[in-house]
Amino acid sequence: MLLQVRNLDVSYGARKTVEGVCLELERGEILSIVGESGSGKTTVIRAVMGCLPGAGRVSGGDIVYEGRSLLGNTPEQWRAMRGTAMSMIFQDSGAMLNPIRTIGSQFVDYIRAHAPQKSAADAKEQACEMLARMFLPNVENVMRSYPFELSGGMRQRVGIAMAMTFSPRLLLADEPTSALDVTTQAQIIRQIVDVRNEYNAAVILVTHNLGVASYMSNKIIVMKSGRVVESGPREQVLFHPRDEYTKTLLDSVPVIGGEPYYERIGE
Amino acid sequence: MSESANNAPVVLDICGLTKKFPLEDGRFLTACDNISLRVYKGQTLGIIGESGCGKSTLVRTILQLHPATSGEVMYNGENLLEATGEKRRQNRRRIQMVFQDPTAAFNPKMKIKDILCEPLRNFGLIKSRDVDAKAAELLRMVELPEDFKDRYPHSMSGGQRQRVGIARALALEPEVIVCDEATSALDVSVQKTVCELLIKLQREKNIAYMFICHDLGLVDLMCRQVAVMYLGNVVELIEGRRISEACRHPYTRALLKVVFKIDFARGEKIEPLAGEIPSPVDLPPGCPFQTRCPQCMDMCRRHKPALREVEPGCHVACHLYS
Repeated sequence: MLLQVRNLDVSYGARKTVEGVCLELERGEILSIVGESGSGKTTVIRAVMGCLPGAGRVSGGDIVYEGRSLLGNTPEQWRAMRGTAMSMIFQDSGAMLNPIRTIGSQFVDYIRAHAPQKSAADAKEQACEMLARMFLPNVENVMRSYPFELSGGMRQRVGIAMAMTFSPRLLLADEPTSALDVTTQAQIIRQIVDVRNEYNAAVILVTHNLGVASYMSNKIIVMKSGRVVESGPREQVLFHPRDEYTKTLLDSVPVIGGEPYYERIGE
Repeated sequence: MSESANNAPVVLDICGLTKKFPLEDGRFLTACDNISLRVYKGQTLGIIGESGCGKSTLVRTILQLHPATSGEVMYNGENLLEATGEKRRQNRRRIQMVFQDPTAAFNPKMKIKDILCEPLRNFGLIKSRDVDAKAAELLRMVELPEDFKDRYPHSMSGGQRQRVGIARALALEPEVIVCDEATSALDVSVQKTVCELLIKLQREKNIAYMFICHDLGLVDLMCRQVAVMYLGNVVELIEGRRISEACRHPYTRALLKVVFKIDFARGEKIEPLAGEIPSPVDLPPGCPFQTRCPQCMDMCRRHKPALREVEPGCHVACHLYS
């Protein structure tokens, strides 16, 4: 078992925003957390990464990674794990990057922060190699660019390249394609699946797009108001949902060629 | 005046609309290139395409948020683009807009009732003492509780705010409402209820929508008429038929292939188009889609295909069908 979250509660001050979340993940598995905004999906993966914002803290339950509880981690231990044992892809990787520094200089810094023994030249070489692996065209040019000079899809590829640099065993992706166009979204989703296959990493994908969850996942968790309303293997959740809320969600997804809204409501 | 498949008259006739933005170095960015579309009364025209394809520029030009380079937009026998001054201002009553981000579209310091009645005040159509009653009526129309009128935008959810956005667009009783990605920021279950509300209002008030969206699935369910845009051009126009069966253009087909559906078979793969939309500055001659088209021919690099009807209800701009 790579990751086990048991009865996780997360509170902001006195208010519990996530309650009793359980999940299990083996290497190579993709788990999707779906649900509406405000349902606590992002809070769960932030708790796993140890980076809850502000007054957020884990107030109950346990998070076990490779047999060891993460809750007692010191800040140093967290820093050692992030980027190498687990890493995160954000909704807009452009916002994660410093806007007034080039991609190259940040990427090199990032590599050397985790691998101080590397020379700047080695780090640069590794950065270029990672970018090329993500099918970014003209890698040298990307290294010299500022984040705003790249398109949303390219920035997201840079984010994935950075996240995968140290072959983490767990990849957390927070709405990685929500800000992208349909074709770019499809490219990035395929890339995340390829990355999983190449590194045999486990992936937790937070998304509100049930189609994306259907395409990628082995397991799906449905959240509502901070609680898990349904979880299980992909087929079970999508094709034999038991919870009413899951059914509502599935029913709301527009299906091409389905009965049009303009005919559903009586003429 | 021509009519749609089910005999609805035309409300907006967009003819050869072109919008070019001059760049500092003397070149031009062509955002909309010779676009002709018809919006029918009480019906929905869907516009799809990737970001940067000119969908938003098109509606902004129609709304005269910036001047057109050439072309005309006919409404009731008049060219809207020629109107100036007070005449132009009065024309705005006929076409209203619902924006993508309802948080950014409202003044956070105004109460909902003032937001809703501001369009009426602008045209001197309401007295102060009627504001409460009118706001309550508009809120009822979009299925929100009346007491929301004294709230501020921040104390509402995204879906509720978008309903207020729709109510504000309805205030002036327009004939056309432009929904620019109006449901993209909403959760899928909320999106569905907002779409159903839009359809219900359309039935009651016979409003025409221009529904801009990048979700092919949603457009297919919302619109009887769909225009597919690519690099400032309408490359396909489907009227009165379903996209999935009628579409011919390689770009539309590629878009269909990247729709994430719920019932993926195991091992089924999506096949995204390679590359990204090219820059709309100084476009090469020929078909705008030539650089990404899997079926690009020699002719496509030389001549730009015109939009023509290849079978009833299906207009395509592609050399494969000429």
